[in-house]
Amino acid sequence: MVTGDHQTLALVLFSVFVAVTLAITTWVSRDRHGSAEEFYAGGRLFSPMENGFAIAGDYMSAASFLGISGLIALYGYDGMLYSVGFLVAWLVVLLLVAELVRNCGRFTLADVVAARMAERPVRIAAGTSSVAVSVLYLVAQMVGAGSLVALLLGGTGEAARTWTVIGVGALMVIYVSLGGMRATTWIQIVKAVLLMAGTVALTVLVLVRFHGDVNSLLSTAAERSGHGSAFLGPGLRYGGDWTARLDFISLGLALVLGTAGLPHILSRFYTVPTARAARRSVVWSIGLIGGFYLMTIVLGFGAAALIGSAEVRASSASGNTAVPLLALDLGGGAGSTGGTVLFAVVAAVAFATILAVVAGITLASSASVAHDLYASLRRPGRRQYGEVAVARVAAAVIGAVAIGLGLLASDLNVAFLVGLAFAVAASANLPVLLYSLFWRRFTTRGAVWSVYGGLVPAVLLVLFSPVVSGSPEALFPGVDFQLFPLQNPGVVSIPLGFLAGWLGAVTSPEPPDEARHAETEVRALTGAGAV
Amino acid sequence: MEQLDEQERAGARDDGTARDGGAAGTMPRQRYDEAAHGTPGTAGIYLEVQRSPAFQEVRRRYRRFAFPATLAFLLWYLAYVVAATAAPGLMARPVAGAVNVAMVAGLGQFLTTFLLTWAYARHARLRRDRAALELRWDTQEMTRGAGQW
Repeated sequence: MVTGDHQTLALVLFSVFVAVTLAITTWVSRDRHGSAEEFYAGGRLFSPMENGFAIAGDYMSAASFLGISGLIALYGYDGMLYSVGFLVAWLVVLLLVAELVRNCGRFTLADVVAARMAERPVRIAAGTSSVAVSVLYLVAQMVGAGSLVALLLGGTGEAARTWTVIGVGALMVIYVSLGGMRATTWIQIVKAVLLMAGTVALTVLVLVRFHGDVNSLLSTAAERSGHGSAFLGPGLRYGGDWTARLDFISLGLALVLGTAGLPHILSRFYTVPTARAARRSVVWSIGLIGGFYLMTIVLGFGAAALIGSAEVRASSASGNTAVPLLALDLGGGAGSTGGTVLFAVVAAVAFATILAVVAGITLASSASVAHDLYASLRRPGRRQYGEVAVARVAAAVIGAVAIGLGLLASDLNVAFLVGLAFAVAASANLPVLLYSLFWRRFTTRGAVWSVYGGLVPAVLLVLFSPVVSGSPEALFPGVDFQLFPLQNPGVVSIPLGFLAGWLGAVTSPEPPDEARHAETEVRALTGAGAV
Repeated sequence: MEQLDEQERAGARDDGTARDGGAAGTMPRQRYDEAAHGTPGTAGIYLEVQRSPAFQEVRRRYRRFAFPATLAFLLWYLAYVVAATAAPGLMARPVAGAVNVAMVAGLGQFLTTFLLTWAYARHARLRRDRAALELRWDTQEMTRGAGQW
């Protein structure tokens, strides 16, 4: 499917995007002194519209663009769960989290919790879980980048994949350590515009092909999928035994509750001046993200209708190539100029998507390392380094770790890895955040227990799941220490996180601090004393 | 909206002079002075603000909207997910042409998300923002008076 023309044009577009983003990084980092305010929050003066685009750019990953459409092309309706879950999750962010977090915190999730609690233990706990979530999410994106390029360069395989992962890692370290939040934000805005433009163009072409008749699009998709009308109903992917169905519910839960616990999403609210601006940026991003996921549904069914599920599966078993194949077909087929151009554009957009997302996550995790972990763990008396300097180094270390893990995990399914990161975020970060914001009787012990009580079960359940061992597609197919039947731990670990937080709070020896709760509540709802 | 935002920015930079009559009632002025002179510290001030009727009203308005709305959309989403696994037959029932119940429910999730976003933003803008902003200035003035900042 891949010819020399595709490769050349796609590589040219990649290079243009990389050049533009590096120019942005250089441009915004001129004459800026490296204050923490500047590095982590980009000066806090982005407009709601800019931040809305940046949030959308931070959130819509290549896993969404290629992965969800691919799942829909292969399994029809069951793939739609991702689209719906990823969007509905934003209501949790809008209603319960965005404004209050903006008002209470400075740079990270731990800021919000530490405002009410003993600072050191909760910072270490929340910092650890934020880094864990970020690294999982980063690995997913690196694996995605590797597969994307391997796909584009066809058979040249392993070496190209390795160098792509290394290249993406190096770029994200450069963006983040040199440009901080300001460069990251602009890269995400550019990426969001490119991704929306590319998706709108493909969607319009699909609809034009069917003369705007959605009914005929759906029935053609059902027909060419080989499943008939079952393609349009639930059950093709998750309809088997009860384990598979429970896995579906677990994934659904992780998707809807995970977003509000993602550190790189929370840190975006600090880039606008007020809570009101944070709310308006979420409204913008819900509009963009909702539109985008609606279009991924059209693209998925479009790929099934125009390419056929069997052919998509033949090209890539996970369905990741459905959209590139669709672009080729919509442009006029293999060998045509239109097909070549559209294919290259889709590839370049997917690449841009990955770069923007990894930059956002790297920044958020370097903030957690420097602002939460380093600040809490450094020994008094030793030489002190500036927080921003530590954050820049942390970005490089995290980049190296992500490259290593990305190369190790290169055969895992990308959408699954993202689902896992969401499950950990929902189990470890969301309970402590909601309790801190809304529960009067919450205590330090509750906060620490809630983080570890969600994080440890989530990670352990994954280790003992069929993903790691005991199945042919596992990370270590040779051995079998599988004890837990589900792929996604959410349905067990999320309630455990909430339960542990409650248990820790009610068994605390010290009473809850009424005055600091009052301060958190007043600041959260009014913005008094917000930075 | 824009105006309120700029007012808030301006106020955060200087003294927060942009204030007039409260939409949600005013704070007990008398006790500010007590706070300033008796210096119970910022902790006491936040407790006092938290107990004030103006703050209680802002909190009530926020919670009355956010909590039931969260419960409603979470239940609706869970119903959607559980129905897909527990009642695939019902979900596969055709509605019009190739469109079935499952498809309508999925698009319904998108629609309710957009509607709720709009309703929440409107509610916050009309019912909460101004009162919260006034409380912000009042509280900041009190903490400044207490000499803590």
